[in-house]
Amino acid sequence: MINLVKKRLRRTMMFLNAQKPGLIKDPYIYKPDSIILDLEDAVAENQKDAARFSLYHALKEIDYRGCERVVRINGLDTPYWLEDIRCAVAGGCDSIRIPKTECPKEIHRVEEEIIKAEKDFGIPEGRTLIMAAIESARGVMKALDICEASDRLFGIALSGGDYTKDLQTHITGTGIELMGARQNLIIAARAAKVQCFDTVYTNLDDMEGFRKDVENIHLMGFDGKSIVNPRQIPVVHDIFTPSGKDIIFAEKVVKEIEEKKKLGIGVFTVDGKMIDIAFYDGARRTIELAKASGVYKGDL
Amino acid sequence: MINAVGREIPEEILKQTGKEPFKGNHYFDGYEYKKDGPSTRCVINSQGSKLVENIHEVLVKCGIQDGMTLGFHHHFRDGDYVVNMVMEEIHNMGIKDLTICASSLGKAHDKLVEYIEDGTITNIQSSGVRGKIGRAISEGKLRGLAVMRSHGGRVRAIETGEVRIDIAFIGSPTCDDYGNCRGIGGKSDCGVLSYSMVDADYADKVVAVTDCLVPFPNFPAHISMTKVDYVVVVDQIGNPDKIATGAAKPTTDMRKLMMADYCTQFVVNTPYFKDGFSYQTGVGGASIASTISLAKIMKERNIRMKFGVGGLTKPMCDLLENGQVDALLDTQDFDLNAVESVINPKHFRISAGEYADPFNKGAVVNKLDFVILAALEVDVNFNCNVVVGSDGIITGAQGGHPDTAAGAKCTIVIAPLLQGRIPAICTDVTTVTTPGESIDVVITDYGIAINPRRQDLIDSMKNVDLPFKTIEELRDIAYSIVGEPERVQFDDKVVGIIESRDGTIMDVVRKIKNFEFSGE
Repeated sequence: MINLVKKRLRRTMMFLNAQKPGLIKDPYIYKPDSIILDLEDAVAENQKDAARFSLYHALKEIDYRGCERVVRINGLDTPYWLEDIRCAVAGGCDSIRIPKTECPKEIHRVEEEIIKAEKDFGIPEGRTLIMAAIESARGVMKALDICEASDRLFGIALSGGDYTKDLQTHITGTGIELMGARQNLIIAARAAKVQCFDTVYTNLDDMEGFRKDVENIHLMGFDGKSIVNPRQIPVVHDIFTPSGKDIIFAEKVVKEIEEKKKLGIGVFTVDGKMIDIAFYDGARRTIELAKASGVYKGDL
Repeated sequence: MINAVGREIPEEILKQTGKEPFKGNHYFDGYEYKKDGPSTRCVINSQGSKLVENIHEVLVKCGIQDGMTLGFHHHFRDGDYVVNMVMEEIHNMGIKDLTICASSLGKAHDKLVEYIEDGTITNIQSSGVRGKIGRAISEGKLRGLAVMRSHGGRVRAIETGEVRIDIAFIGSPTCDDYGNCRGIGGKSDCGVLSYSMVDADYADKVVAVTDCLVPFPNFPAHISMTKVDYVVVVDQIGNPDKIATGAAKPTTDMRKLMMADYCTQFVVNTPYFKDGFSYQTGVGGASIASTISLAKIMKERNIRMKFGVGGLTKPMCDLLENGQVDALLDTQDFDLNAVESVINPKHFRISAGEYADPFNKGAVVNKLDFVILAALEVDVNFNCNVVVGSDGIITGAQGGHPDTAAGAKCTIVIAPLLQGRIPAICTDVTTVTTPGESIDVVITDYGIAINPRRQDLIDSMKNVDLPFKTIEELRDIAYSIVGEPERVQFDDKVVGIIESRDGTIMDVVRKIKNFEFSGE
């Protein structure tokens, strides 16, 4: 069964420590597209069970008002991940984020556990999606296989901290150290027709640097970015939401192509730019993105 | 008797205080009265000196006795040493049954609880009380009634003679030997002395207390020698670190920034936002952030502010420095930037009376276009509570809240929907301090409610993309998240009154009762 929300808008995916009630009680007011309730790095080893308790009740009790609820489980090399999945699925999360993914087999193992949990807790089969975080050189090299490992997988995300360690470098703020991985992941994701998300930007004092980073990954083709603070949301949404000018142009392109097609005309100009059928999908995507972002007022 | 905000004011309290229940903001508009006057001891002989050795001696000279009323100002905020210094001496002298009439009392005055308990202090009149005094009053330890009155209301009470201050103590950062006081130039600068100006005008005895005696004439004087009986020099009148700190770093809390953004967007979309508008804001993170973002829009649209009022902070003073406001009218300074700005010729010191007194011939608050305020609670009738915590304990102060709210054309209250697990938007506030008729807009992190009384504002926001909701919707959201709290349990005993700015009774504060769990 194909889950229809696989392709939903995910410009911003905000990490929140699942153990902190103050953080998880109402993050939707900042309007992120998705939240990632973290059971992994943000939670101390001896607090994993407490975090699961808080996660389960949050998922059960809080109306996240349309905001997608992803749960980052602990790594498959830890004793925690099986219970993490049961707890997240029982709570009714929308998706599981697998950390440190390096091969399709890991996706399969997680999927098997999700299927079991869905059955055990009466969750409709196929409801719980999967996303995979790529955090190593091996993961980057296996990206296409990972993307194609499951129908439930809606996307992959680069996790820059661990990845740069594996690469024996560090986050520089320039993006140089991430260039290869970013390029590789976006190509793999597009080849597999899944989404692709960029790594976090942790320097909250450098909002200008953050903006540049987001502009770059937007141009590279990413669908969105993992974020660590609600202050980052308006910046990402601003960059990822088509401008009024873009929307008007895309609207003209779509309408003209449909019109000219009827007349048997293949190539023509819109606002002085040469347009042919190859522009159709891109223009459609702009309209769809504008619709999903809530800024489209037209009739397409 | 039920007053105009639906609060039950017990008959015995009306009888005891001789006051009327609150009947609406304009009940006394046009009222005529004769102002009270102080007794004045003339100084004709030029050979005399006003300098007095110490607090004890000045108390003796002023004829301190049981049952007197003493005036204090709160410009030194949490850094104030004057109140405790004077009260300790009075306590040592064995004087009892005193009334403290302060412009406000805070945590710096926790020590007064001892004097409340032993009967040295039996009545407190203040804008509000924070810290241990608040708890002591709420626990019923004060023998008389606590009276909470706004800054404007305090001036009114003194001018009308409802309160007669026997001795006023004016902590003064600099003072000369003849009593010319200034809020600047010393080691404990607070900028202005606005709240004490009414004390200087109306108290029978006026004592300047300073830690920086300067040569005569300390001009231009903020309080004139013509009103001061005695000058006492002490080691320290306050802790400079707590009087005025460096400007607060603008908030990075997204929730506050979001509310600030809503506030700015609301302000700029009202018809009042035009060249020559006037504005006052508080010191909360969201208020300050809103001032900063408003300044940007003013610059973009080439709109200037005619005057800003405060309670001033750096962002307001920056407007003056940047030439975006013609004048600042100052009643209190909250940071060092504001204190330093006092010397700017366009930064004007005003008295609390000029600022907010409803019983003079027109105060500054009446000329305000916008005021941005905070609140502990707001109810579905837009009544605000800024004095009593949701736990029933007195924990805040009215300040200029009811004054500015009543005067401004557009009164905006910013409050996060939830204060921890307590809904800030509720069916009934614990205590009404500012009536809903004064509040035009409530801005929360979950949405904005415009008071239905302001159809004009509702109309002006028709095409504005902000998350508008009704106040009931905001309350319902709050209750859906944290539930409807059980009401705080109070004793029958009334421990204080919330006085409206015109002297009527807005609400009463009852003694707190230890919580008892209901049910099985």
